Amino acid sequence: MREPLSKKIVEIKPSGIRKFFDMVSEMPDAISLGVGEPDFDTPWRIREEGIYSLERGRTFYTSNSGLKELKIEIGKYLQRKINVSYDPNSEIIVTVGGSEGIDIALRAMLDPGDEVLIPQPSYVSYLPCTILANGTPVVIPLKEENDFKLTAEELEAAITPKTKLLVLPFPNNPTGAIMTREDLEPVAEVVKKHDLYVLSDEIYSELTYGCDHVSIAALPGMRDRTLVINGFSKGFAMTGWRLGYICGQKHIAEQMLKIHQFAIMCAPTNSQYAAIEGLRNCDDEVQQMRTAYNQRRRYLLHEFGKMGLSCFEPFGAFYVFPSIKEFGMTSEEFATRLLDEEKVAAVPGTAFGECGEGFLRVSYAYSLDDLKEAIGRLGRFVERLRSC
Amino acid sequence: MEEMRNQILKYLEKNSRADLGELAVLLDSDEVTIANEMAQMEKEKIICGYHTLIDWDKAGVERVNALIEVSVKPQRDKGFDKTAERICNYPEVTAVYLTSGGYDLIVTVEGKTLMEVSRFVSGKLSPIEDVISTTTHFILKKYKDHGTLMFHKNKSERMLVTP
Repeated sequence: MREPLSKKIVEIKPSGIRKFFDMVSEMPDAISLGVGEPDFDTPWRIREEGIYSLERGRTFYTSNSGLKELKIEIGKYLQRKINVSYDPNSEIIVTVGGSEGIDIALRAMLDPGDEVLIPQPSYVSYLPCTILANGTPVVIPLKEENDFKLTAEELEAAITPKTKLLVLPFPNNPTGAIMTREDLEPVAEVVKKHDLYVLSDEIYSELTYGCDHVSIAALPGMRDRTLVINGFSKGFAMTGWRLGYICGQKHIAEQMLKIHQFAIMCAPTNSQYAAIEGLRNCDDEVQQMRTAYNQRRRYLLHEFGKMGLSCFEPFGAFYVFPSIKEFGMTSEEFATRLLDEEKVAAVPGTAFGECGEGFLRVSYAYSLDDLKEAIGRLGRFVERLRSC
Repeated sequence: MEEMRNQILKYLEKNSRADLGELAVLLDSDEVTIANEMAQMEKEKIICGYHTLIDWDKAGVERVNALIEVSVKPQRDKGFDKTAERICNYPEVTAVYLTSGGYDLIVTVEGKTLMEVSRFVSGKLSPIEDVISTTTHFILKKYKDHGTLMFHKNKSERMLVTP
């Protein structure tokens, strides 16, 4: 029989998280610090709107780019939150989660050989999606001493004549790093100087602490060079609804829409109706979740401080990224032993790129009580490692 | 300071047992500031008490609660205050609210037995001068109290590890 598979897909490694997931699944009494989704239920008024849309019999396709009403609300929301305006008719596409946005953007923009700059540690799908889109991924390893922000110098050094696109994943999963306006300005200058485009994944934009999220699309001359990805999964606690969106200048959006149209058709209809309610009436609920995350963030940093575990202060998403370099083992060894010996699951930094070696992703999408129990166990583990 | 006070209140409203040290970490402040603010707010009667929400059914203790709609004849200069304050004096009364709508006051009452609550209504509440009428609703089951669910919610089905 002929080989049924494409060489390209066979060569792509499965997500490093998968392996860990399988191990944890066999340990029913493990407590986890390993999830990348909110612990909150979707706010009830959003769920109710989803239920109502089903009751109303809204079970049909929507137009390819999404419900007009929703796109108008997204437009208003982005104007309010990041101060960039997009035409709901031609510059906003409602997608199946933020993930689909990553995929259609890369497929719409890349020709074979085009290089995509991917800062790491970062979310697991930029690199494989680049390969699937026939692009060439070029990793920029981010450094703890820069608080895991991308600097203009690092960007400049990675650019070649083939570079076309920069992925900008902030607020960042797994590090929790954010980029402020001051951090973004020099990066934007380099982008303009080399005539690059930016894929700005802002899925955690609602979750910043102490300062508001700033989008690179809002900087002078950057709107038409940037595709903004966002969605409802993190800020609105709607992961399972699979709903996101991608926004950018019409010329690019038109082509992305073709891929979306042929591959997906449209995002889930009842999720779209539910999300309208989220954008219109859920500021308070989102704020309450943000406050709770921020309290847990402070708690974890405080506890790591007491444990003597080195950790830079992250101001976004719901992750902290402590260093475990002092223990002289790999992230994977550390995470595996932590799971075996104390039944606490946390994801090794290397699942998000090789430069995540020496770090652990700790999620605080858990109640304070759960975090206390897990931190107690982690503390015991760390003490034991130090004493032998 | 106003902002800090609000944060303290919001937290205590849901969890009055918070440890001072922990509260200081969560709210990005220090223990002394929080202790001072709390003491001051107690003095100003902004914080009126620290209560515990108890499921007496589970504790195996018989309790009967009733919600009573009360029509009251208002008095010149005093409105409903005099009668309402008088009703507050009875220890079995747990809350008294002035409300809009068909009745004037809503009174909640707690007793050991149905009989005890009934006797209170017929023997103490109704005979009060200026009380025109009462309608008593016995509470059969509490689903949610003080913002807290009183029934068991399904366990989260979230997967243990996700990217």
